[in-house]
Amino acid sequence: MIQTKTRKPLRYLVLILLAVIILGPFILGFWTSLLPTADIAKGALWSTHISFANYAEAVKQTAILRYLLNSFVISTLTMAAQLLFCSLGAYAFVFLKFKGRDLLFYLILATMMLPFEAEVIPNFATVRQLNLLNHYAVMVIPFLTSAFGIFMLRQAFRQIPPELKEAADVEGLNHWQFYWRVTLPYARISLFTLAAYSFLESWNQYLWPMLTTFSDKFRPVQDGLRQLQSQETFNNWGMIQASAVIVVVPTLIVLFVGQHYFKNGLNEGATK
Amino acid sequence: MQQEITPASKPSLKPKTLNQANVKGFNLHVNDKWYALAFLGPSVLILGVFVFYPMLRTLYLSLFLTNNVGRPTVFIGLKNYVNLLTSSAYQASLQATAVYVIGVVAFTLILGLLLAQMAVRKLAGIQWFRTIFSATMGVSVSVAAIFWLFIFSPSIGLFDQIGTLLHLPLVQWLTTPGPAMIAVIISTVWMNLGFTFLILFGALQMVPQPLYEAAAIEGASPSYQFFHVTLPMISPTLFFTSTVTLIGAFKSFGLIDLMTAGGPNNATNLMVYQVYRDAFLNGNYGLASAESVILAVIIALFTLLQFKFLEKRVTY
Repeated sequence: MIQTKTRKPLRYLVLILLAVIILGPFILGFWTSLLPTADIAKGALWSTHISFANYAEAVKQTAILRYLLNSFVISTLTMAAQLLFCSLGAYAFVFLKFKGRDLLFYLILATMMLPFEAEVIPNFATVRQLNLLNHYAVMVIPFLTSAFGIFMLRQAFRQIPPELKEAADVEGLNHWQFYWRVTLPYARISLFTLAAYSFLESWNQYLWPMLTTFSDKFRPVQDGLRQLQSQETFNNWGMIQASAVIVVVPTLIVLFVGQHYFKNGLNEGATK
Repeated sequence: MQQEITPASKPSLKPKTLNQANVKGFNLHVNDKWYALAFLGPSVLILGVFVFYPMLRTLYLSLFLTNNVGRPTVFIGLKNYVNLLTSSAYQASLQATAVYVIGVVAFTLILGLLLAQMAVRKLAGIQWFRTIFSATMGVSVSVAAIFWLFIFSPSIGLFDQIGTLLHLPLVQWLTTPGPAMIAVIISTVWMNLGFTFLILFGALQMVPQPLYEAAAIEGASPSYQFFHVTLPMISPTLFFTSTVTLIGAFKSFGLIDLMTAGGPNNATNLMVYQVYRDAFLNGNYGLASAESVILAVIIALFTLLQFKFLEKRVTY
């Protein structure tokens, strides 16, 4: 105990040092987003010409808000679809009996090994043939379901006591009713996890939207930032940093608020 | 159910309800395949079209020469693979990927473990540090790339400014091969840390406290406790985190595209970037398909390893 007391200041020192390393890029990004680009170009990072001019410029001159909206639409649709189709699929593997069930499950499990990055060539040809290029649909349809989501929810649904299903059979509940009234509420924490996971996964997509979208109308935010960074705005550091901050702030807020609720949710699940 | 039944009707009703239940159960069972079709149909369709088919198609294409829209023209067997594995450019890409993956996994784990270990002890205000340490979870790849591009940018960037202050020789971070690799590794590790911290922190919290108390009574030093209590207890999580980080690193694309575009001199031309280049910039779809297959096999092997290990952990 004595040992830990004398070590306390040292521990705080290390913690603060680590916090600075983690926060450094955020702080530097935010700070330079407030500076005039001319000062940044001179390397005058201690400039006192602070303003939100870069933000105004980014919003006015670039499609950054449109990119955010596009990403929000795409990620929300993907998340909703995965919640529905993964939970239905998982339900089938837990509560339905049909021929070839195990084989099908292992096939789906096997697809978790295949990286999407290695399949972009045929997938690009497919969406081109389906006339989906440069539309929200091209970024949602291939991700309507996920093997990972089915697998995860299957694990969660298996925790449902068989007595509940037996009772439901006696009550005359059909599968739709049991799925909706019992299974989904019972596994809400896993559903919440899948929701967060699928939303973030879709939000962070980079390669696929880069290949399949060509206009600001549908371009999601990751690809949008790439666009800003590669265009003539390249050396306009103030505005680029402001755009990056505009993109990162909403996700940081969601993360911190979500973390709070998520922890409560986990505790709730543990005591039940 | 049974309690609700009135005594008067009990003798006649009870067998009847049981019978009904059986009939219903039987009906449901018969209907199962239609339910299965409705419940699984959408998922099977999507996975079939966008995961199964493209894998087979990629395998198929990898055995052909292709035209400029990606249609197979001449069957050449394994020639694409032979060409790749004997080409020094592809070997360099494999080597760059190996360096990148090892660097990313090692530093992500070491730093993630350090963060988790520092944050797990109870101290006033520790909650703040825990929140900060998980912050990069909220950073997407393009934001990370922009922040770090600025830090590494020549003369105005943070590193060059510090270097100037200390009169150190300036490093052209993103335009010299070695430093460019270091730069993309640092950026990736930073981006990974939030997630890794949260997972390892969770695992450290689950280590039973009495183990440490017992070790302390025995006179074990903190470092002895770390290596002989902490590490063995969290080794499953450590393994899980390392494979997830490793697979993620093999799939890296966005950060490379934004920070170095595979350069300088192909020094950061990782496997996925090479696929993108050969397919979508050079129009060499057959060769790019062979590269995709090699990538998929590597990732599948590591995923399989992870499954096997997790399975073991569940059973024992």
